[in-house]
This record gives sequence, structure tokens and C-alpha cells, in this order.
Amino acid sequence: MKGSFIDNLPKVYGIYTGGFIGFIVIMAIAEQMGMTAKAIGIAFVAFTVFIYALIGYLSRTAQADAYYVAGRQVPTVFNGMATAADWMSGASFVAMAGGIYFKGYGYMALLVGWTGGYVLVASLLAPYLRKFGCYTVPDFIGTRYGGNLARFCAVVVLTVASFTYVTAQINATGTIASVALDIPFQYAVYIGLISILLCSMLGGMRGVTWTQVAQYIVLIIAYLLPVFWISNKMGAGFFPHFMLADEVARIGELEQQFGFIANSKEDLALVPKGLAGITKAHSAVNATPWAFISLALAMMMGTASLPHVMMRYFTTPSVKAARKSVGWSLFFIFLLYSSAPMLATLSKLSLIDPTLSTGIIGKSIAEVQAIDWYQNWNQANLMFISDFNGNGTVELNEFFMGGKAVVLATPEIAGLPYVISGLVAAGGMAAAMSTADGLILAIANAISHDVYYKIIDPKAETAKRLVVARVLLVVIGFAGATIAAMEIQGILGSVIWAFDFAMSGLFFPLVLGVWWKRANRQGAIAGMILGLVSGAWYLIWVRSGGSGFLGITQLTFGIFGSAVSLVSMVVVSLMTQEPDKATQKMVDNVRVPSGKTILGKQH
Amino acid sequence: MSNQTKHWEKSRGLLFITLAIWFVFSIGIFLFGAEMNEVKGPFGYPWTYWFTCQGSLGIFVILIFWFANRQEKIDEEFGFSEREDE
Repeated sequence: MKGSFIDNLPKVYGIYTGGFIGFIVIMAIAEQMGMTAKAIGIAFVAFTVFIYALIGYLSRTAQADAYYVAGRQVPTVFNGMATAADWMSGASFVAMAGGIYFKGYGYMALLVGWTGGYVLVASLLAPYLRKFGCYTVPDFIGTRYGGNLARFCAVVVLTVASFTYVTAQINATGTIASVALDIPFQYAVYIGLISILLCSMLGGMRGVTWTQVAQYIVLIIAYLLPVFWISNKMGAGFFPHFMLADEVARIGELEQQFGFIANSKEDLALVPKGLAGITKAHSAVNATPWAFISLALAMMMGTASLPHVMMRYFTTPSVKAARKSVGWSLFFIFLLYSSAPMLATLSKLSLIDPTLSTGIIGKSIAEVQAIDWYQNWNQANLMFISDFNGNGTVELNEFFMGGKAVVLATPEIAGLPYVISGLVAAGGMAAAMSTADGLILAIANAISHDVYYKIIDPKAETAKRLVVARVLLVVIGFAGATIAAMEIQGILGSVIWAFDFAMSGLFFPLVLGVWWKRANRQGAIAGMILGLVSGAWYLIWVRSGGSGFLGITQLTFGIFGSAVSLVSMVVVSLMTQEPDKATQKMVDNVRVPSGKTILGKQH
Repeated sequence: MSNQTKHWEKSRGLLFITLAIWFVFSIGIFLFGAEMNEVKGPFGYPWTYWFTCQGSLGIFVILIFWFANRQEKIDEEFGFSEREDE
């Protein structure tokens, strides 16, 4: 039965995709027949979350290798989809197009960084860690370098990075649930959390894998459909990715024509918090090479160090499949990432071009204030206009928008039916839930497998281990939700920090573990501790008014952390004894795909 | 030189080529972002803009598949590829 499920995957997900499209059509018809916008929003979120929970329930398991690595039988392409969903968070889905809209080139370093990192994953790490046969990333560190201290340090770095990341994702699920279901954010956060736990609690990695595939399908439809629809409706081009050059150039012309006029401090004080105006060129290079490259580099090295991504490649049937699977992951990510700049272009042009009916620049203030969508999004605190210069018309520097609005509001501005907005909400929910699931599972697995089973109670039975793993899942989820409910940090900022933390502590201990035989336990421990501590110190220093150096900002502090990590790891390794023969033999075995994995199937 | 040493040397060679291509399209070209953006590129987009939206991203996808295929060939050559039933 199990084998036949894997064989039938294309059919199962084909039917699922067809069913989801059918649901969209039914909702579209219901809208025509007078179903309210609110009911459509609730239906979309409730229906999709119900499906994920069902998949989570059907994937329940009592076996350690199914719980930790989905039985290592996830086919290449499906693992690619699951990784793409795991990877693309609420930040990618909701915030990315907005970032590009406001910051242009300087922000697009994230597009390059969040894709280029996969080249490092494929060539430096994933196939070797798959050959190792570990359940978790600290499992690799603990076995390669030996000793509980190394293992524990890896768990600490993993937890710091993943927890920073997960609060942002629970925050995003809460935001979407509160808008779609119309309940206060403080409660919506817990609704989001329960949805997340429903996917992962019973089936562990197996449940998460099959829900993530389902979530990828929802999120990619929800992202691409509006982009294509808006582009066609505006007459910008049938296939936006290849046809928006004129629109990009037109935005440049309009920027010239309007000019970027800086607002005074007093004027800006009137703008609601979190909203921004267009102050940067759309397609021109507006950042120094180092600012661009350092951000891209930090994100690339962070990608290769984030455990929730790495552990997805532990689930493939072979080393060969792990490599190919990285390629598929990036392909599925590429579909969304290459569309984000197109959405930003369409959104911006439709708002600022006075020759388009949707354009608001140059219209009178009163006229814009009377537009339905303006009123809706103004009420949601995502849009704002003010007549600073008192001439009665809206100028480029008098229009403000929240970053999320680019994805959430553009369909409505372009005049698409509400069903699309409901779809987008479901897509955002899928993106945030899938990432949160991967992260919570990464933390809970590391603590249950590496701290509880490997360090505290190595004789524990499988049943007991899995109970511990599930209890931890719930505890970590609630801790994350509680912090998310306090709304301390923005979504995007904390996501970027997570990458920096991960690369500070884990990048070189992981890479050198495979590529440098001489690397030993003392070196790895020094690399992890000093890397994480120095990265964290730099962040705190810059946040508390420090000037920083070499142009490293609070968004790229991982460059400093990982440099410290590299130097201390190499120096300490060379100062202490080389690893014993058995360890060197182990590294040799990791480097060839054939033969048994280093760690047994059940360990 | 043992079979395994040769395999590893060849794998390492492939890694360096892969990382060199990766370096060019993730870092190298953006040293000249401003100059490159003056020139029209694919589909009429400015070159730098196109690389950040599609070019570099697409090249990474192709690069990973190319790398995976080459590495498989190397594994086969030295008899280190996995058996199907493993």
C-alpha cells in the first residue's frame, strides 16, 4: 500500500490540483451569485487548512525513520516542491514583491541570494549529508566531530536561527488568519499555530512533506494567476516575464517626469507607521556593488546553513536523487521569484501612470479618497495619501503604501474579482504555514533526537522518543506563537537575521566537515561558539548605535560571524590533534555515493 | 593513486568549476552593475535588471542540473554510483 502511494503521487496530486482549481471556479461563480467578500475569504482559508490537516492526519506514523526523514522515499520532483514550500515563507510570498516595489535594485540582492545559495547546497553539502544518513543537522556534526559538546553547540545554533525565523512565520499566519477570518490578531496567531501543528504533529517529517507539496501547489497558483491576469488585463503582455520591458522603461520615464521629492520630517510624521512612499528608482542601479554583493553573499551562505532546508534532502531515496532534488527545488522557487519583480512592475505602473484608468498620481485628492479599494486598504492601514503641498492633487511623494499591499491589494486595484484576493490569502497562509512547519520540526527534532535521545537517554524506546518529539513540537510552537503575539519585530527583518545567525555558527563547521579531513572536534566547537557569539555581538553593537565596519550592516552581520568562525575553526584545528583514523575513514566514505550510509536506517 | 583518491580529485575539480560559474553570476557581474545596466539585454530589459530578475536565477537552476549530471558521470566512471536497490 505504501509503495503504491509513492507510485501514485502524480495522480494523487493531479487530482488535488484539479480539485483546487474546481474550488476556485465554484467560488468565482458563488461571487457572481452574491457571496460576500468576507465569506469567500473564510471559505478559502478554512478549506485549504482543512485539506492540509487531513493530509497530516493520513500521514500519521509510529516509526522513527518515517517521523524524522519520511522513510527516505520522497521522489526527486516532489521533494523539490516540498522544499520550495518549506523555503518560500510568508516573507517571500507577501513581502518580497513589496520590497522590490519600494527599494528596487538594492533589494533584489535578496532574489539573487535566496536562489544562488542552492548552488552551494547542491555542490558542497546536500549529497554528502544524505550519504551520511543523519536524521538532523546536529546528528551530522555530532557524529563527524564526535562528542556531546559539538552536538549540543550545533543544536544551540540551529535553535537560535530557526526560532528567530519561526516567530516571523507564525506572525504571518496570524496576520492572514486575522484578516481572512476577521478576528483579533492575538487570537488569530493561535489559530495559525494550531493549523501548523495539525500538519506536523502526527506524521512528523512524513506529514510535513505531503502537506508541503499540497501547500506549494496552492501558493504557486495563488501567486502566478494574478500576475498573468493583471498583465493581460492591462494589455502589458500575454507572458509578463518576457514582455514587460516597455513597462519597466515607462516607469523610468515617469520617475524622471515626477522626480523623487523628499518629504519633510513633519510631513512624514503624519504617515502611519510601516507605510512608505516611492523614493527609489525602479530598475536603475541604486546601491553600491558591495552593498548588493554583501547582502547576496550573506543570504547565499545562510541558505546553505539553515537546517530546515538541509533536512529536506535527508528524505530522498539516494544521494543521486538528493542532488537532482536541489535542482528541482530551485526550479520551483524560480517560478515564484522571477514573478515577484513582474508583479512589482505591474503594481507600480498601474498606480502611478496617469494615462491608465487605475493610476492615481495627478488625480485630485478627493477623487482618490472616494475610490472603494483606497478606502478598504486605508482602513486596513496599508494605504495613505495626504496633500502635503496643498495643490489638491496626488503627487508621487504624497502616496504611501505598506509592503504587503503590493501582493494583497494589487488584484483589487487592477479590478480583478474578489475571488482572486481570497486565493491570494490562501496562498500566503500556505507559504507561511509550510515554512513554520519545517522550522518547528527542525527545532523539535534536534532537541528530541540530539539532546534527549543521543545525550540524555540513549536507551529510550522509539515510542517514548516520538512522544518526546511531539510534546516538544507543541511546546516550541506555543513559545513561538507567544513571542509572535507580542509583535516585537517585522517579518522580513527577522527572516534575514535568521540567515545571518545560521551562517555565523554552522556554515563552516558543516562545509569543512565534508571538505577538510583535518577539521577536528575542538576546531568545530570553537567555530560554532565563536562564530555565533561574534555575529550576535556585532548585531547588538550595530543595533545599539555602533558604527560597524567594512560596510557590514545589521542585515549582513553573518559575514563577520562566519569569518570569525572560519578563522577560529582552522586555527584551533591546526593547533590540536588531527582526527583519528576512524573519523578520517568516515569522511572518505561520505565522499562516495555507493555503499552503506554512515548512520544506520534506525538510529 | 587509489581509485577513491582519483574520484575525489575529479569531484573537487568539478566543484571548483561549479563554484567559479556560481561566483561570476552571483557576485562577479554585480561589481559592474551600474555600467551593465546602461545596455539593453534580453527581452529589452536593461542587462543588470534582467540578471537580478531572471538571468542569474535561471543560470543557477541550469548550473545545478548540469553539476548533478557531471557528478553522476564521475561516480559511474570510478564505480562509485549507487545500486538502484540501495
